[in-house]
Amino acid sequence: MQFLTVVARRFLYAFLLLLAVIVFNFVLLYLVPGDIAETIAGESGGASAELMAEIRRSYGLDQPFHVQLLTYVGKVLQGDLGSSYYFNAPVLDLILGRLGPTLLLVVTALLLAIFAGTLFGVIAAQRPNGIFSHFITILALIGFSAPVFWTAFLLIILFVSILQIMPLSGLAEPLSETGTWKWYLDVAHHLFLPVVSLSSIYLAQYSRLARASMMDILGSDYIRTARAKGLGQRMIIYKHALRNAVIPVITIAGLQFSHIFSGAVVIETVFSWPGLGTLAFESILRGDTPTIMGILFFSAFVVIVFNLLTDLAYRIIDPRIRLSNTA
Amino acid sequence: MAERLLSVEGLRVEFKTRDGIAKVIDNLSISLDTGETLGIVGESGCGKSMTALSIMGLVPIPPGRIAGGRILLDGEDLLQANEQRMREVRGNEISMIFQEPMTSLNPVYSIGNQIAETARLHEGLSRADAMARALEMLQAVGIPAAEKRIHEYPHQMSGGMRQRVMIAMALACKPRVLIADEPTTALDVTVQAQIFDLLNDLKEKTGTAIIMITHDMGAIAEMAQRVVVMYAGRIIEQAGVTQILTDPRHPYTQGLIRCVPHLTRNPTVERPPLLEIPGVVPALSQLGSGCAFAPRCPYADAKCRAEMPPSRAVDSGHDVACWLTEREAAA
Repeated sequence: MQFLTVVARRFLYAFLLLLAVIVFNFVLLYLVPGDIAETIAGESGGASAELMAEIRRSYGLDQPFHVQLLTYVGKVLQGDLGSSYYFNAPVLDLILGRLGPTLLLVVTALLLAIFAGTLFGVIAAQRPNGIFSHFITILALIGFSAPVFWTAFLLIILFVSILQIMPLSGLAEPLSETGTWKWYLDVAHHLFLPVVSLSSIYLAQYSRLARASMMDILGSDYIRTARAKGLGQRMIIYKHALRNAVIPVITIAGLQFSHIFSGAVVIETVFSWPGLGTLAFESILRGDTPTIMGILFFSAFVVIVFNLLTDLAYRIIDPRIRLSNTA
Repeated sequence: MAERLLSVEGLRVEFKTRDGIAKVIDNLSISLDTGETLGIVGESGCGKSMTALSIMGLVPIPPGRIAGGRILLDGEDLLQANEQRMREVRGNEISMIFQEPMTSLNPVYSIGNQIAETARLHEGLSRADAMARALEMLQAVGIPAAEKRIHEYPHQMSGGMRQRVMIAMALACKPRVLIADEPTTALDVTVQAQIFDLLNDLKEKTGTAIIMITHDMGAIAEMAQRVVVMYAGRIIEQAGVTQILTDPRHPYTQGLIRCVPHLTRNPTVERPPLLEIPGVVPALSQLGSGCAFAPRCPYADAKCRAEMPPSRAVDSGHDVACWLTEREAAA
């Protein structure tokens, strides 16, 4: 039952962290210069002094800072993220509407990076001086040093302009009917370039990490034991070594989920992917404070949830962590 | 009636190093009969473990290379066997346990799973049957509450318990030969004695022959019937255990025995001084043409440094390679 107490404690920490994120976001945006009332008035084409006062009163902007903060925290805890000045719609609905495409992009990119990265690393580790191993090292170096937007543009030049086999932007062709298998195929087609661009850095990193940890493990005593048992090479690699080698990859991937989420903002903007990233980018330009705060809160929420999941995942993979009572 | 089970004939193993070719094992011949325990003694780096890895077919190639010789298991030359055949031999006909029980088990699988794996691999047992075999083995090696501990992971066990698990794993398919490579070096003295008793006991029951590799003359006295003393990749003396302990001929063997601390019941009785062998085992690339032990030997003369002494029988079943015994024989 130790496991459950640890999980419960993790959940408590996660909740406290979220609370801190809400307060911090609010303070940060409160300190941003500019009058929110003017932004709101600006959307309706300017306003008189009386109207400005009316706006301040009805939005609660005339209240002291701590009252505004507590009101906001209270509302968020009830699941109300406020409503957007620009869309004049509840922020939560806006976010949920954009969440699908973003999760699709981020999760696909992350899984690709983890699986392909580990696989590359494992193959490279078996012949540390072979051609494939050097190829991986070089690929990793390029992938790791190139900024994602640059990688994205190069991929666009190659696949869209020269080869003309990939669509430039969007989630799917505007006219195709949603829900049909043709539409899914279309989405996959549109997903390809954004996913490859976004995952390139992480794929590079994980293949290096997996290669290093695999090489380390292949020289370890328990691999010698596995050989002495009479196991074949494939069982040794994929049963005895892989599970140990994947632990550091999972750890890093979990820690980096927040990076990849922020990387998605850039990639979504480049490919006009209709996700949270583009919404965030546009809302910042519009000064749509509730939406910005909502997205910040929401991404923090997603990141914390994923960290929790990662933690649980390697507790399941590694019995030494699962069975220890340290949190 | 003891039969010849395993014999190594004229084995040579070389390693490529930055300084050139190192002869890690040079012209080594040993034999093992059914039901016998053979001790291989020597300091670190004298080729004991490499001998074991050669028999298992686990010498890392490259940088290693088997340069010659034969390893016969029931007349079949294992050096000629292909990898497929060697995988059948390992863990099934010849098993091995290692020096470091703390790191020799895979941390992410339960011990039951790891023992059962061997039985499933070699005997094609079902998962349930293999787990039953694992439980039986854990009980045989004296693990208390085995039906509970079978589901535990290596990090939940002490060093002694892990070495018992290793032994259970090695014996799961009733191999004919067990190679124990310094199985007690990493363990407490009291636990060492338990492991020796266990190995002796299991040998009685199963008839598995044991090759016991160690640098501890105490362990040899406890376990072995015959002893091979190695130095710098060669055998310098071999004999029955009583002969070695009471009448060691090679200065190196004498040195090894004098290094063992003695306890006396009566503290007023003067104990013999504890001696050491000066120097260390030379790097293999630095070996000259003479006896490898000559630089550390108190009796060495010009001939020792110039020429390798041949092996000569000084008694029935007692062979020594030393110019000293040559001189005595001539006198």
